[in-house]
Amino acid sequence: MIRVVLPHHLRTLARVGAEVELPVEGAVTPRSILDALESAYPMLRGTMRDHATQERRSLVRFFVCGQDVSHESPDMTLPAAIGAGAEPFFVMGAIAGG
Amino acid sequence: MSLMSGVRVLVGTRKGAFILTADGTRERWDISGPHFPGWEIYHLKGSPVEPARLYASQTSDWFGQQIQRSSDGGKNWEPMGNEFSYDGIPGTHQWYDGTQHPWEFKRVWHLEPSLRDPETVYAGAEDAALFRTTDGGKSWRELPGLRTHASGPQWQPGAGGMCLHTILLDPVQPDRIFVAISAAGTFRSDDGGQNWRPINRGLHSEYIPNPTAEVGHCVHRIAMHPSRPNVLFMQKHWDVMRSEDAGDSWREVSGDLPSDFGFPINVHAHEPETVYVVPIKSDSEHFPPDGKLRVYRSRTGGNEWEALTKGLPQSNCYVNVLRDAMAVDSLDECGIYFGTTGGQVYGSADAGDTWTAIVRDLPGVLSVEVQTLP
Repeated sequence: MIRVVLPHHLRTLARVGAEVELPVEGAVTPRSILDALESAYPMLRGTMRDHATQERRSLVRFFVCGQDVSHESPDMTLPAAIGAGAEPFFVMGAIAGG
Repeated sequence: MSLMSGVRVLVGTRKGAFILTADGTRERWDISGPHFPGWEIYHLKGSPVEPARLYASQTSDWFGQQIQRSSDGGKNWEPMGNEFSYDGIPGTHQWYDGTQHPWEFKRVWHLEPSLRDPETVYAGAEDAALFRTTDGGKSWRELPGLRTHASGPQWQPGAGGMCLHTILLDPVQPDRIFVAISAAGTFRSDDGGQNWRPINRGLHSEYIPNPTAEVGHCVHRIAMHPSRPNVLFMQKHWDVMRSEDAGDSWREVSGDLPSDFGFPINVHAHEPETVYVVPIKSDSEHFPPDGKLRVYRSRTGGNEWEALTKGLPQSNCYVNVLRDAMAVDSLDECGIYFGTTGGQVYGSADAGDTWTAIVRDLPGVLSVEVQTLP
């Protein structure tokens, strides 16, 4: 199972705790994780990436194993620790505003 | 007035929604919230035909647009569809620097439930467009005839963005809809939203070089009395205006107001010639003149205005009242409510003669609506 840590506002929207666990089929990439996340929690569609273009929303960031992968390809293969559930995939709101 | 009757005031703020309820005396209030804490709630409104059915626009610069729906008067909510896609190629409008800029969806400013069907709701968006759901908010489709009007490339954002902020549904002619956009102006459809035409004759805006410009006016709000939908009142960027002919022509009724700049405008529930505005010092200084928070009431449909001050702060008050942040109930003694950028919600149970602060320390108030309950 993949572990995903959501920011506070998406937790309250999806009514989940700090971390959710998801099965992800095939290659573990940012895209496949977000696809699985949105499939399990449809209210999250459009909150992290654009409905139509699938582009990341500009104030959303993705971190894995201490690295910011927000600007990497959504099809990059993520470290094995993510696929194994040893490390979570972090979705974060960029620091901006109050 | 039945003692069983009551009111439910729906307050959208910068950091969540609040619901204020009282019985018909409107003396003691129950306050619930924050609902959706930390999110911007631009607007909430209930269905006129099914008052327990509420819709809310929940937005975030980080996480985008959500639409929430309640079927029990705001106790419980569920997220609905949040995909707002412009129909076809969005095209461009005028940007602040005069260049053309692509239409980009940012948020829903205003939700207007149908007068007849609880599943149908109109949504006014930034960048300006009108959307509609007919399945209770699950899916939204644009009514593209407005955005694709030939004048669209001349529309430009006001300081708050290029927002469609006002939607008035004509209770007499079901196919007639009025909308207002900053800064494009007022538009009317007579065929249920398919085709639109600007209705801005008589408006004069100093920042527009052409004195007869069809569009480009920064209309802040329009209002009507449901018994007389051809008579419209408008608070423009500057000037309070009135139309007798469903917007075909306008005349100024600012009269003796201390300032004719402001945002909200509203009409008394039972007196179609009684109108309320909240004068603001200027477009550069968005606070009440002289630090005195005063609602102005005209009982003559404009021109002659009286200051309503009893219970409102009359010194050192520098809040603003935004365009969607004033509402009237329809109890026998008409109640009027408004919220401020300082987080106060004031109410009057006697048509504005006296005011009390229902709550004082909410986040900045973006919108106020009220439902009159049986």
